[in-house]
Amino acid sequence: MAPLFHTNAAYWIAVALSGSLVLAGACAFLYQIYHGIGVWGLNSPVFWAFDITNFVFWIGISHAGTLISAILRLANATWRRPVTRCAEAITVFALSIGAIIPLCHTGRPWLGYYLIPYPSERHIWPNFRSPLLWDFFAILTYLTGSVSFLYLPIIPDFASLRDTTSGWRKRFYGTLSLGWEGTPHQWHRLETAMQIMAIVIIPVAVSVHTIVSWDFAMTLVPMWHSSIFGPYFVVGAIFSGIAALILAMALLRKSLHLEEYLRPLHFQNLGKLLLTMSLLWFYFTFAERLTTWYGNSNSDMVVFWSSIRQNFAPFFWIMVVCNFIIPVPILAIKRLRTITGTVIASITIVIGMWIERFLIVVPSLERKFLPYSWGTYRPTWVEDTLMAGSFGMMALLYLLFSKFVPMISIWELKAGETHPLISHEPVVAADPLADETPLTTETSS
Amino acid sequence: MSAIYALYTTPAAAQRAVNALRASSSALHFDAEQIVVVSQEPVEECEFAEDRHKTPMFLLAVIGGLLGAVTAYFLTSLTQRSYPLPTGGMPLVPPWTDGIIVYEMTMLGAILATLATLLVSAHLPTFRKPLSDPEIWTGKILVGVTDPPQDSRRELETRLRQAGATAVKSSS
Repeated sequence: MAPLFHTNAAYWIAVALSGSLVLAGACAFLYQIYHGIGVWGLNSPVFWAFDITNFVFWIGISHAGTLISAILRLANATWRRPVTRCAEAITVFALSIGAIIPLCHTGRPWLGYYLIPYPSERHIWPNFRSPLLWDFFAILTYLTGSVSFLYLPIIPDFASLRDTTSGWRKRFYGTLSLGWEGTPHQWHRLETAMQIMAIVIIPVAVSVHTIVSWDFAMTLVPMWHSSIFGPYFVVGAIFSGIAALILAMALLRKSLHLEEYLRPLHFQNLGKLLLTMSLLWFYFTFAERLTTWYGNSNSDMVVFWSSIRQNFAPFFWIMVVCNFIIPVPILAIKRLRTITGTVIASITIVIGMWIERFLIVVPSLERKFLPYSWGTYRPTWVEDTLMAGSFGMMALLYLLFSKFVPMISIWELKAGETHPLISHEPVVAADPLADETPLTTETSS
Repeated sequence: MSAIYALYTTPAAAQRAVNALRASSSALHFDAEQIVVVSQEPVEECEFAEDRHKTPMFLLAVIGGLLGAVTAYFLTSLTQRSYPLPTGGMPLVPPWTDGIIVYEMTMLGAILATLATLLVSAHLPTFRKPLSDPEIWTGKILVGVTDPPQDSRRELETRLRQAGATAVKSSS
C-alpha cells in the first residue's frame, strides 16, 4: 500500500510528461473540431489511416489484461496473483482509448450517439449488417465485462484501505468498498462471480478482436478479404497485449518499488508466453502472405509487392525484425530471458505491432484495384499529435490509477502465501479452553 | 449495529469461537444468525467458511444470457423489418450478421446477471457501518455477535476469550 501514500519526484515527472502529451492531443483534437477532419492526411482512396491503425492497436493492447488474467485464473496459476491487476487495468484503459478513436474519426463526435440503436425521430436505424456496429456491441460488452472484472476483486482491497486510513481517504475508499465486510458468505459470492466472469470474458475477448478484423475482412479490398484475419488479429492482439503488460509491470516495479512482488519469475513466465505468441504471429503472417502470393491475383499482388519490395518495404522488414528476429532469440534462450531481456523484446514488439496495424490498413487502400484510383497517404501533425496524445493518456490513466488503487491485489496475494499468523493446527478443536493467549479488552465505536 | 467481537490469529481458534457461540446461543438468548465471521481473505479450510446457502449465480448467468439473446434477436429482426434497409443483396433479416449481435448481447446479459446476483446476494452496496477492525488486515479473523443481548455481554466475552482470542472488543 506504500505507493498510495508516498510519491517520489519520478512519479510527478512521469505525470507531467504524460499530461503534456494528453494536453497536446487535446489541442490537436480541438483544432480538428474547429477546422474539420480535412486537417488529417486522409484522402481518396485512403479514408482510413493513423486513426484506425491506433484503434486496432489499442484494442489489441487491451487483450493484455482481462483475457490473460481470466485464463490464468481459470488455470489456477498461482504466479498470476501479483500480475492480474496490472493486466486488468491495461484492458480497461486501452479499450476506453480505443473506443474514443472512431468517435474522433466521425468528425462530429458529438453525434456519436447515432451509433446506439434506439427509437428516435430520425427514423434512421443503424445498419446491423455493418461490422462497425458489431464493433459497438463487442466493445460495449468487453468494456462492461472488463470493468467488472477489474473492480470486483478490488472491493476487498478498498475495504482494507477504508479500515486503515483516515480523513478523505477513509470516506473515498469507504464509498468504493460498497460496505464490504469480508464474511465467508461474501467471499464465496465474490469468488463464484469471478469464476463466471472469467469463463464469460474469454470468448468475449476473442470475439472483440475478431470483429475488429472483420471491419477489414468483410470488404473486398485487396489483402483484407481474408478468412484468417479473425485468428490473425486475435493472435496479434494477445501478442502486443503481453508485451504491453511486461512493459507496464517493469515500469511499476521500478517506480513503485514492487521488486518483492513482481519477481523475475513473473517476467520469465510472461516471456515464455510472449515467445509462443511471437512464433504464432510469424506463422499467421507467413500463412497469410503465402496464400496471397500463391493465389497471384493481380490486385492482391500489387499490395503484396508494395509492402514487401516497394514503398512500404522498410516498414515491413522493420516489423519482421521487431516482432520475430529480435524477440525470439531473447525469449528462447533462458539466460537472456531476464527482466531486461523481456523488456527489450516487449519494446520491439510494441513498435512492431503498431507497424503491423499500419501495414494492414494503409497499403491496401493506397493500391486498391484500378491504378487511376491509387493514392498516397502522408500523416499530418494533427494525426501525429493525436497518436502521441493517446499514448500519453494511457500512461496518465495508469499512473493515476496506481496512485489510488493498490496495483497488487492484496487479498489475493495473501491468500496465495502461507500467512505467518496462520499455523497448520487442526481446525476443529475439541477443547475450547486450550489456548491461553494474552487478552486485551477494548471498545471501539 | 452494535456488536461484541474477538480477534483470532488462527482459523482453528476462530472455528472454536464459532462452535462455542453456536453451542451457547440459546442459553445466551441470541440467534445463531447473529454470529459474524470476518476475514481479510477467503478461509476455506474451516467449517464456518462453508457457505450453507447454495448460490443460483451460475443459473442466473445463463438466464441473463438467454434474456440478452432474446433481446438482441428482437432488436435486430424487428427493427430490420420496421426500417427496411437493403444492403449488398443480403436478406433484410440475415441470420449470419444478426448472430453476431445476438452473441455479444448473450454475453452482456450473462455479465450483467452475474454482477446483479453478486451485489444482491452479497448485500452490496450497504449503507450501514460494516463490522470491521483494522487488525483484520494484519491477518486476524474476527468472530463476534451482532446486537448481543445486554445481559449476556459478559458471558459472551468470556466465551470468546476462552476460544483463544487475542483481543475482545465491542462496537456500537
